[in-house]
Amino acid sequence: MDYFIELFFSGLTRGSIYALIALGYTMVYGIIGLINFAHGEIYMIGAFTALIVSTVLTIYGFPLLAVFVLTALAAVIWAASYGYTIERLAYRPLRSAPRLSPLISAIGMSIFLQNYVLLAQTSDFQPFPALIPEFDFMEPYAHIVGSSDLAILVVSAIVMILLTFMIKFTRTGKAMRATAQDRKMAMLVGINVDNVISITFIIGSALAAIGGLLIASHIGQINFYIGFIAGIKAFTAAVLGGIGSIPGAVLGSFILGLTEAFATGYVSSDYEDVFAFSLLVLILIFKPAGLLGKATVEKV
Amino acid sequence: MLSFKDFKNGLMVTLWFVFLTFPLLVIKINPIEKSVVWRWHNMLYVACGTFVFYVLSRLYLARKRVAQQKIKAGIIEDKVAWSAKFFSEPKLYIPLAIAGGLFSLVFPALFSTYQVNIMITALMYVVLGLGLNIVVGVAGLLDLGYVAFYAVGAYTYALLNMHFGLGFWTVLPIGGLLGTLFGLLLGFPVLRLRGDYLAIVTLGFGEIIRLILENWGDFSEGPSGIANIARPGFFGMDLSLEMSINYMYYLTILMVIFTIFVVNRLQDSRIGRAWFALREDEIACQAMGIDKMKTKLSAFALGATWAGMAGVMFAAKTTFINPASFTFLESAIILCIVVLGGMGSIPGVIVGALVLILLPEYLRAFSDYRMLVFGAVLVIMMIFRPQGIISTVRRTYSLKD
Repeated sequence: MDYFIELFFSGLTRGSIYALIALGYTMVYGIIGLINFAHGEIYMIGAFTALIVSTVLTIYGFPLLAVFVLTALAAVIWAASYGYTIERLAYRPLRSAPRLSPLISAIGMSIFLQNYVLLAQTSDFQPFPALIPEFDFMEPYAHIVGSSDLAILVVSAIVMILLTFMIKFTRTGKAMRATAQDRKMAMLVGINVDNVISITFIIGSALAAIGGLLIASHIGQINFYIGFIAGIKAFTAAVLGGIGSIPGAVLGSFILGLTEAFATGYVSSDYEDVFAFSLLVLILIFKPAGLLGKATVEKV
Repeated sequence: MLSFKDFKNGLMVTLWFVFLTFPLLVIKINPIEKSVVWRWHNMLYVACGTFVFYVLSRLYLARKRVAQQKIKAGIIEDKVAWSAKFFSEPKLYIPLAIAGGLFSLVFPALFSTYQVNIMITALMYVVLGLGLNIVVGVAGLLDLGYVAFYAVGAYTYALLNMHFGLGFWTVLPIGGLLGTLFGLLLGFPVLRLRGDYLAIVTLGFGEIIRLILENWGDFSEGPSGIANIARPGFFGMDLSLEMSINYMYYLTILMVIFTIFVVNRLQDSRIGRAWFALREDEIACQAMGIDKMKTKLSAFALGATWAGMAGVMFAAKTTFINPASFTFLESAIILCIVVLGGMGSIPGVIVGALVLILLPEYLRAFSDYRMLVFGAVLVIMMIFRPQGIISTVRRTYSLKD
């Protein structure tokens, strides 16, 4: 039973990280209908920035709490800046181009960023310091649930609740929903659509950076390639829940995280990634609109 | 042509990029020794590079805008692309084709075995590029797992050769057929969906194939790969190493010619025109009575067939394969060839493959930057020249009275 609970929590932890990334995919897809292939790379850049900043700050002797706060801040700021820049550089000029063009541009961006980090830093796995301390009150349960698992769950829950509030109740959130529904109409009622798209990229990237920071601290090592697999999996989660739908992305992420945890725990860990990809193919065959997505009929 | 405001903007953009690249490019940490190296010179490179690139792109866009205004106002006529002129004039392109053909025939006699080997690799990418061109360029389906079919072909030959001793010529069609089969199996469920899903599913499929090859050791020998694959036989004769490489070279040339022939004929056929139409407008295409599913599937499967055959040739050429040869980067390189050369354009893809494969071979000093450049090429081509180096010539019929 302990093993089951352990797997369950590890699934939830995975799920919440996927959710943080998947939200970025789904928001961008909802608004401009583009699969942002470079999104996984943003998550990786967030993790790398966190690694660099935390190492530098530790060397210069900052206290642990200050290191944690400044690191998180730096990761979010830089990842958001990268997200914004990518949109301006690679997607905005192609807004009216054929569908294939921004997609190819996105793949190019993803390859570029991976190799940029590879060349600027290193291709080896880098050890990542544990930024989340072991909590004392978690001592009795430590063999089942780690402190960092708990921290990941709590932080992602807070972030998701904040995001939901933002989208439901603020002006920006309303503008985002309006743009997602109908971009032309949103323009007509005076919404600056370009700004809304930029904000969407910034929020999505910030979420991915938080995910990158948390998972890097949890697993303890990163390299330039982590964004690729995490990106595809988060995308799978977004599709599973119904791409474009925010609650769908969260639901899909938890289902994917739990499936992976149980499959690797009870079946085999060699095929960890195969489960996720097979799940993706199966959903697309049997329920392409996803669990919470609406099937849309294209009108002429 | 550039105003003061452009330079001011350029300065802002430069500052932004200096800020953006600061942690990753300037700071280099060593987490084990807990030491930091500050690489301030990188900041200077970024600043100069960004500013120059910004000014150049502004200049390019400004010139383009002026030219378009002139065309609109009727001052100058819209230029016909030089490639269109070139390829519509048999007097021009036939001598070039003959010269190219002659050069490729005498190539092994003029250059060393090493050069011939590089050329074989480049020609294989020509075949792969032309195969992917059917899928991406002609039919407009973004296939990011093309390398999976390539792997299917390569492993077909390696395994059949290892277990049953089957020769190259027997396996070549089998590899092609297996490629087709996998293409149909994957394409059937996915092609009903919108294009972007296809991209990600093919990407996932490519990874699945690679992971299975890596982990299913009993079947594929795992990450250590399969060695001592037989080279192609020549009527049962024993060939020296150099001879067999030259032989492989001519086989690849034959394969390239065969591919060009087939692709060229296909493009002008009924199904080829259906592919072009589907790429341009799916709905209009269906209204004209074209079976969308069947047409897409045929393009996808045909592309996979070519990848399968190229895979068999690859295994025969290297005589050793392992899953590491079939990563996503390989798919990305092939895609880059098609995009750089010009989607849907046969001469474009050939030039693209030769440029992208031969240049990094001879510019070894820059080979670390290869993938970085490939990524940048995809983005820059899409923004500045989506039609590629050599754009396709659309078949047009003119009425003569």
